[in-house]
Amino acid sequence: MQEHTHSHDEMPHAPPAQDEKIHSYYQVLGLALKELLIEKKIITPAEIRQAIEFRDSITPATGAKIVARAWTDHAYKQRLLANGTEAIKEFGLDMGATELVVVENTPAVHHVIVCTLCSCYPRAVLGLPPSWYKSREYRARAVREPRAVLREFGTVIPESVELRVHDSTADMRYLVLPMRPEGTGKLTEQQLAALVTRDSMIGVSLPKSA
Amino acid sequence: MRGPHDLGGLPAGPVDTSPHDMTFWEKQIDALNALLSQKGLRRVDENRRYIETLGHDAYNSLSYYERWTAALARQLIDKGVFTQDEVDAKVAEIRARLGGDAA
Repeated sequence: MQEHTHSHDEMPHAPPAQDEKIHSYYQVLGLALKELLIEKKIITPAEIRQAIEFRDSITPATGAKIVARAWTDHAYKQRLLANGTEAIKEFGLDMGATELVVVENTPAVHHVIVCTLCSCYPRAVLGLPPSWYKSREYRARAVREPRAVLREFGTVIPESVELRVHDSTADMRYLVLPMRPEGTGKLTEQQLAALVTRDSMIGVSLPKSA
Repeated sequence: MRGPHDLGGLPAGPVDTSPHDMTFWEKQIDALNALLSQKGLRRVDENRRYIETLGHDAYNSLSYYERWTAALARQLIDKGVFTQDEVDAKVAEIRARLGGDAA
C-alpha cells in the first residue's frame, strides 16, 4: 500500500459521522475490503450488522456489575482475583483466546492499566476502548509519569500510595477492581454498580461517591 | 531498533481525555476484524505484526482504524483471499461511485 500516496490534509481530524463523506484513501480501502469479503461470500452484510450490534451491547456497565458483585460477595471476589477469565463466565462473558487478570486497589496500592504497544483492552467486560486509551500520549506517558497522567484526569493519588502500572498484551488483559467508596454499606449491588465508572476500572479515576 | 508502535516511556504531550463516539466506518472495520477472527482468517498477533511493519510514516499519520485497515488489506492479500489488483479495482470502483468526495 505504500505506493499509494495521500496528503495529510485529506485525513479528517474529526472522524466522520455515519452519513459523512468518506475522505481518505484508507477509508475507501476499508469499504473495498468489506465489499470484496461480501462478494467472495466470506462475510455477509447480516453478520456485519450483528457484529456491530454485539459490540454496541457490551459497555462499561457490564464491568460495573462484576465490580459490584465483587464488592458484595466475598467468595466471588476471591474467584475473580484468582482467575478473572473463569469468574466472568458467571456473567455469561467470554474472554475468547485472551486471559483476564483482575487487580485490586487497596489503601496501599493503586493500579492503572495501559497498552503501550497497541490498544489491548478488556473488551469483553468494558466494550471498546476510549480514544485516549489508544492515543500516543497515554501509551507513551502512562508508564513513565503515571501520577502526572492521572492528574490530567483529575485524579490525585497520594504519594504514600504505591502506583502500579500494568502493560497489557494481546493475550493478557487487565481490569482494575476499584475500592468500594466509603459510606456505601447500605447500598444494593445494583446501586453500587451505578457508582462504578469505566475510568475507575482502567484506574485513571476513582468510583463515584455515594 | 524501536518500532513505530513501541511508545512506552517516550516523551509526549498531554492526554486528550475528551470523549469520542465511534463512527459507523470505524464500527464496520472493527466488525470485519471480529468476524475474520471468528472465521479463523485473522489472529490478533498477526494483526499486530502487520500494523507494526507499516513503517513510521504510515503508523504516525494514519488514524487508529486506518492502521487496522492497512494491516488487514496486506494480511488478506498475503493469505490469497484476494489480490492487490482486485483491491485496486474495487477502490477505483468505490471512488468513482463516491465521485469527488473520495480521496
